[in-house]
Amino acid sequence: MFLYNLTLSRASGIQCAVYGNFSGPKAQEIVVSRGKVLELLRPDETGRLQTILSTEVFGTVRSLAPFRLTGAKLDYLIVGSDSGRIVILEYNKDRNAFKKVHQETFGKSGCRRIVPGQLLAVDPKGRACLIAASEKQKLVYVLNRDAAANLTISSPLEAHKSHHLCFAVTGLDMGFDNPVFAAIELDYADADQDPSGDAASEAQKHLVLYELDLGLNHVIRKWSEPVDNGANLLIPVPGGGDGPGGVLICAENFVIYKNQDHPDVRAVLPRRSSLANDRGVLIIATATHRTKSEFFIFVQSEYGDIYRVSLKYAGESVAAVAVKYFDTIAPCASMCVLKSGMLFAGSESGNHALYQFLSIDDKDGVESSSDTITESEQGFMPVYFEPRALRNLQPVDQPDSLAPITDMKVANLANEEIPQIYAVCGQGPRSSLRVLRPGLAIAEMAVSPLPGNPTGVWTVRKSVHDDYDGYIVVSFANATLVLSIGETVEEVNDSGFLGTVPTIRTQLLEDSSLIQVHPGGMRHIRAENRIQEWRAPGHTSITRATSNSRQVIVALSGGSIVFFELQQGGSGILAEFGSKALGAEIKSLDVPPVPQGRLGASFLALGFFDSTIRILSLGPEDTLEVKATQMTNSPPESLLLLDTPAAAGPANPADDDSSAPGALFLHAGLANGVLLRSEVDRVTGSLSDTRTRFLGTRPAQLVPFIVGGQRSMLALSSRPWLGYAHMGRYTMTPLSYEALEAASSFSSDQCVEGICAVAKNSLRILTIERLGETFNQQALQLRYTPRRFVIHPDHKTLMIAEADHAAIPASEREPLAPLENGAAMSEDGQPLTPEVVRAQEDAQMGAPRGAQGQWASCLRVVDPATLSTASLTELEFNEAAVSLCLVRFNSAPQLGTVLAVGTVQSLTFYPREVKEGFIRLYQVLDNGRRLSLVHRTPVGGIPGALSPFKGRLLAGVGSALRIYDAGKKKLLRKTEYKGLPTHVATLSAMGERIFAGDLQESFHYLRYKSAENSIYSYADDAVPRHITSALPLDYDTIAGGDKFGNLFVVRLPSDVSAQVEEDPTGGKFAGSTGQLNGAPHKLEDVINFHVGDLVTAIQRCTLQPGGQEVLLYCTIMGSIGALVPFTSREDVDFFQHLEMHLRQEHPPLAGRDHLAFRGSYLPIKDVIDGDLCEQFSQVPLDKQKAMAEELDRTPGEVLKKLEDLRNKLL
Amino acid sequence: MATLQDRFNINSQLEHLQAKYVGTGHADLSRFEWAVNIHRDSLASYVGHHPMLAYFALAENESIGRIKYNLMQKMLLPCGLPPEKEEEG
Repeated sequence: MFLYNLTLSRASGIQCAVYGNFSGPKAQEIVVSRGKVLELLRPDETGRLQTILSTEVFGTVRSLAPFRLTGAKLDYLIVGSDSGRIVILEYNKDRNAFKKVHQETFGKSGCRRIVPGQLLAVDPKGRACLIAASEKQKLVYVLNRDAAANLTISSPLEAHKSHHLCFAVTGLDMGFDNPVFAAIELDYADADQDPSGDAASEAQKHLVLYELDLGLNHVIRKWSEPVDNGANLLIPVPGGGDGPGGVLICAENFVIYKNQDHPDVRAVLPRRSSLANDRGVLIIATATHRTKSEFFIFVQSEYGDIYRVSLKYAGESVAAVAVKYFDTIAPCASMCVLKSGMLFAGSESGNHALYQFLSIDDKDGVESSSDTITESEQGFMPVYFEPRALRNLQPVDQPDSLAPITDMKVANLANEEIPQIYAVCGQGPRSSLRVLRPGLAIAEMAVSPLPGNPTGVWTVRKSVHDDYDGYIVVSFANATLVLSIGETVEEVNDSGFLGTVPTIRTQLLEDSSLIQVHPGGMRHIRAENRIQEWRAPGHTSITRATSNSRQVIVALSGGSIVFFELQQGGSGILAEFGSKALGAEIKSLDVPPVPQGRLGASFLALGFFDSTIRILSLGPEDTLEVKATQMTNSPPESLLLLDTPAAAGPANPADDDSSAPGALFLHAGLANGVLLRSEVDRVTGSLSDTRTRFLGTRPAQLVPFIVGGQRSMLALSSRPWLGYAHMGRYTMTPLSYEALEAASSFSSDQCVEGICAVAKNSLRILTIERLGETFNQQALQLRYTPRRFVIHPDHKTLMIAEADHAAIPASEREPLAPLENGAAMSEDGQPLTPEVVRAQEDAQMGAPRGAQGQWASCLRVVDPATLSTASLTELEFNEAAVSLCLVRFNSAPQLGTVLAVGTVQSLTFYPREVKEGFIRLYQVLDNGRRLSLVHRTPVGGIPGALSPFKGRLLAGVGSALRIYDAGKKKLLRKTEYKGLPTHVATLSAMGERIFAGDLQESFHYLRYKSAENSIYSYADDAVPRHITSALPLDYDTIAGGDKFGNLFVVRLPSDVSAQVEEDPTGGKFAGSTGQLNGAPHKLEDVINFHVGDLVTAIQRCTLQPGGQEVLLYCTIMGSIGALVPFTSREDVDFFQHLEMHLRQEHPPLAGRDHLAFRGSYLPIKDVIDGDLCEQFSQVPLDKQKAMAEELDRTPGEVLKKLEDLRNKLL
Repeated sequence: MATLQDRFNINSQLEHLQAKYVGTGHADLSRFEWAVNIHRDSLASYVGHHPMLAYFALAENESIGRIKYNLMQKMLLPCGLPPEKEEEG
């Protein structure tokens, strides 16, 4: 079995984010790391964050730092990863790619303790950087530029110190003195040797300054002084004239200013009054903003509270540090302040956000200052505040994030064309259930009814000098309606368009005159409403027409065409240039826009009812000569010629000497709903490289549409599609919207790239929310962290188990306050109830914290049709739901399908202990909308996994497996198997076979022998995998994911499988021959693959009608990927070779070897990495050619193969 | 003489490795020392792998920043206090 791994939706969680100017001097840009993906984000004019670039780096990114050489305008990016290398990247605007400027190897690969990469610091003047490991090693690189102004990097200077842990590093602002780096270090050498524990309790963190002597080119450990033992973060304070210099140390509960030869200035962090006394306040994210005269420092606590830290200083002496409560947002992995007055918050879980600063100095904020700090016998006196709604920040945009996904299922509950993906994600009150459907999300700007059902719609500018569209022309069966776009959209009669006929085509010509084509003829509307009319000759009428700003071609009934061209010299006369009878009725035709600097397009595409497409020349020498013919299997309903330079990779004029423009593609929408895409040779007009794609059940209409300033395609079939180039790849993506009859691009000052469409009898203005997304989402907010969920197969409802540790159950919280102003409405039009208000508050500020071992948990039933909660059951007695399954008991058929829920009471970690575990049985009532408790059975351990098994319930309790049957008052234990190594994490059953996934020891295959009423294990895995998810594929095979980010499939060898089935003892007595306490048989690896992200759920599904069955997996960073089986050996060979070439020619960006990364824990086996293969389109053209040649193909064919594979999937 | 030279070389090489790579074992390594090393390696690996941190954060309902800090703090005494040294007789 060979599988092809493809990430369908890249990770959406953020590991770290940095701000800088990467593409241009004034560009406000953020580079985020999503674990193994680097992305460049930029807010657009409306404040929406757009993804400019996204690249997989095939390595674990651990730290990022931007830096800029003195006097330079652009930032470079340093990447600290698991590659054992320092990598400096530069953003190349022309190619829209990161370019590796330097890559220096310093150690082994992998996230190791003493190999640098975990921490990064740069000198604010960009002269040096320090890369550190969590222990011992620190390397300093000097950055400079050579005579040609290229960045140079020195050999590393060592600043190692054995037995020292490093918590944080930063570069101090020294102006132009020698660069100095600060680090928080802890020496553990004595603690390891002293059994009394005195040394450990005396272990003291130190702030250490490392000075890089640029003159002598060495690093010295310059200064070291004890700091608070809770220190965890460093913030450099601007110096060298802009401020006092030195460093702010964030410690648990404190912010301390420290500098060499300067007394400490300490301020306490204000704490929430609801916080228990033994909880500290830890700073987890910081952001600094510098203007010419001032600097602002913001820090965020683990609870999400943002404080502004300000310093009172004179010269280099700091008199006071003040910490003022600012606002509360979700806890962030990284915060960035943009120069445009925005705050980017990359959330740890749930959606990220971009905020606008409303003010930066809150007069009423609670402040704690070093001036007012008071120390008593218990320590420093805390300062309290109450978190409140946002006052200083205003949300502008909220990019969706699925991270962390805890469980996922694919099912078609809404009876749609394709199944939906249901994912539960998030943490605590910020968690949600999301329904994902492939497609781009669409926002409706306006919907207005029309009289009758229109047949077509066009938008047209009033003059070539206008930026925006002026008229919307709507054509009906026997009339035309012209709407003028201004402050409002209203009907006009003075446009010059004929209203009494249907319209076939409208066009604005180069000289600002307008064309209206109708069945009777063509109307040329020139300045001052001078109208010229051309009438269709004889008994013919115009059936179709196409045009660009200089050329108009009309097709007449009977199968002839007439070609008009605007006369040169500005006479403004549209003259007949030629005509031709083609002998067949014309179904569709298209002419591309006039290329820049040319007088007309050179080709015309015609589609005929006899299912042929012809390309005609429009050149002056061979006017209307047929250049190429293509047969299709259905009449071409619509044609569109598109210039798509990006389709053939980054064929950028800047890189290419010939400055050849990209390829010209002919798109044909056939009557059977298939889209053909062929390349047109620019010189000869011949057609080649045809690709097909099924769009829907209706004839496909193709409409030109502008995306990102580039002419793209809107294809309308039974659902609308958008074909566009995104990040160097041509993609066809469905739009998540109903079927449209006709559409046109629409541009106004509110919406630059919109769609004007008609659906049934309404006119709609639509915009596309965010390009580049694979799925659009609908979300339902949940109360606690979702753990697992099941879908009821008959009632099609979702049952979600939610549980939060150290949280206070809703029932024990303060009663909900009634709303002050009655039943208000929230923004999305839903009535506000006290519950909704509290949920919104909690999502912003976090729920109040409980004690360790306190749990809040509930069972929720969700109706997917309305995406609303049908019922919610809070669990009492400090129980938390950890597992659930639906089961039907043979012994109690009157109960029907019941929901079994495994709960734990007072679970605490380190070590994992419970007071008691239970299995609760719930009867499902009211069409699956309500749960009613039948009984609750103590089981004496953690019921980690449940599964139905032959009309009974199979439960994993701790490390034991048990079979329960339903009793009147309790579940009845029928049999038990003790002796799984650690803890049952997953359970599934098939026939007599049981597949148990152990928390640390991979899968065990067990068998139930009914005659003896016993369970025994007959096979297990040789590899100790920490199972997180499992999916049985067939009787012998199971797919799973582990904690370290591996995905694998294991299989029972066929001979063993047969032997186990045939053996009357079922291989039981072979068990006595098992070796080293293991089972007698071992499972074989079928595939091994390191995803690089923790897989939390695997599902088997098809994602399009008639599509291929795939394994879909989701990860904790919020990505969704698929493993697609190959169907032919030939494909496997091809992709294996492509992968091999790409590994050599296009090594990963972070410096990690691709093969080593995919085999981080176990050697990669029988999986082709599609994410790497798809980077083929990002490789420069000459390399593409060379690689394709090695594969005996052209680059186009390689791209086609890649595209086909993806299209089969989605 | 040659054998003595070799042994000296191997010893010096080992010493060099032990100095360069933290955690390189030696013949007299105690169970505790070994465990401490393994734990520190694991903790450093957790801190380096963000998905792992996110997983822990989810289980404990803490922020990722707090989990990271706790893991780093744990590197001081990952296995508790060292056992009393036996008096060498």
